[in-house]
Amino acid sequence: MTKTVFEPSIKSRPVYGVLEAAPGSAHLIVADGEGADAVVEMLARAPDAADMLAKTHIIYMPGPSGCDKSAVLQGLGAAQFRSHPSFGAAASRLAKVLADAHMGVQIYTAGSEGMMAQVAAAAAAAGYPYEGVQQEHRGSLARRVQCVHCKGITENVRTDPFHCSHCGLSLFVRDHFSRRIAAFQGVNIDAEDPGLVPAAVERFK
Amino acid sequence: MSVGAPKIPVRVAEVVEVNELIKRFRFVRRDGGAMPTFSGGAHTVVQMDDHGTRRMNPYSLMSAPADTSGYEISVRRDDAGRGGSLYMHQHVKVGDEMVISNPVNLFPLDGRAKKHLMLAGGIGITPFIAQMAQLQAMGGKFELHYSVRSAALGAYASQLKAHYDDRVHLYHDDQKQLIDLKALLRGQPLGTHIYVCGPKGMIAWVRATAEAMGWPALAVHSEEFLAPPVGKPFEVHLKASGKTITVGAAQSLLEAMEAAAVDAPYLCRGGACGQCETDVLGCDGHIDHNDHWLTDDQKAANTKIMPCVSRFAGKSLVLDR
Repeated sequence: MTKTVFEPSIKSRPVYGVLEAAPGSAHLIVADGEGADAVVEMLARAPDAADMLAKTHIIYMPGPSGCDKSAVLQGLGAAQFRSHPSFGAAASRLAKVLADAHMGVQIYTAGSEGMMAQVAAAAAAAGYPYEGVQQEHRGSLARRVQCVHCKGITENVRTDPFHCSHCGLSLFVRDHFSRRIAAFQGVNIDAEDPGLVPAAVERFK
Repeated sequence: MSVGAPKIPVRVAEVVEVNELIKRFRFVRRDGGAMPTFSGGAHTVVQMDDHGTRRMNPYSLMSAPADTSGYEISVRRDDAGRGGSLYMHQHVKVGDEMVISNPVNLFPLDGRAKKHLMLAGGIGITPFIAQMAQLQAMGGKFELHYSVRSAALGAYASQLKAHYDDRVHLYHDDQKQLIDLKALLRGQPLGTHIYVCGPKGMIAWVRATAEAMGWPALAVHSEEFLAPPVGKPFEVHLKASGKTITVGAAQSLLEAMEAAAVDAPYLCRGGACGQCETDVLGCDGHIDHNDHWLTDDQKAANTKIMPCVSRFAGKSLVLDR
């Protein structure tokens, strides 16, 4: 089971499922932080985990809250396992793996929302259907947010409103989500009454 | 009429016998104007006045999508069908005036694909002819695998081979040549999308094979127009119109509603597009859901019906139309 309960929201807000092993010529798994647990649980339910692992490539990075389960995933015995300090550091490996991949590969991602969306966006950029990427949320709800004004992206946003790390405006965090840039949208909260900014509340733990 | 795609009054400019089963028709506007451009995979609904019976059959457009001087369709004669294809073959001549619908595309190319892998069976080749013309103009990457009964019945096969060369692969049933689907689907680059148009069995085979090999369902596209099946006559009460009508043996429920002057929505008339979806208010009996639109759960619930292809047997059926 996915461990996260999301309040009902607008259609744009992504919803997530539970990873299920599916038939495929190869398996690409990208996870961060607590997403490692979803991977372990999927493999425990898989009809033939040994066969699957022999065709599996795992790319892993610590989560937004610092959770690092590299050792657990490395111990699964996948054909390939690589750990990276961040998604940015893993991105070039992911791009190379996708460029070399063939149809028949199954793509799974588990962990934080921003990381999963960047994996799905990279797959979609390679022509793979966005919805074909299985996503299961685990761990932090910290958001990757794009400032709609300066277009800068702030990672790991926990409070609402927050200060854009690029232009400094106070931004209200919307549930409006962009698949293309893999980020929620942040909109200036005091545009009409400059300086009238409500106190920041920790909404995304 | 307020429903269906807008109509185009046309004249038949050309009728060509392609082989013993297939004829090609070219339509131009009666007013000499330009046809709307369309996208490869689109169809038009051809209206026929067959000695008092109005027939409206969907046919894929096969001319080049950017060619606005006219539209071309190919019609395969179905001697056991309800009569639309026979009418086209036996009665439609150069110079005839007809009415066709604006193009509607239920089988478009997915512009996000990196490569388009096309699988055609028989007359299912027609939408691909337009799609390949479109892709060639755009510099898109594609491959066609076309299965025909024999060289003589392989409509357009030699022309396509001559034009597109090694991007076209032909398979002849009478020479026991079969598409090696597993080998074909193995090793396709990431971002390849499959398109299949042909007999029901071929579509099911391609979908099942692709799924078992790990292809996401959204990378597999198919189109199959259903001819409304014949069956026993049945009675339907249309509550919103306050009419009770009888659907004839060779008539579809949609056609019976139209004959009773009930303005029912439609687009494809072949169970594919979903436009004619109608709420069922009461059902004491069995609905034969013949469409590709409703989900299995919806079909089991009997709360919706697609009047273009579905029929009913039993005591009473009441529709919100």
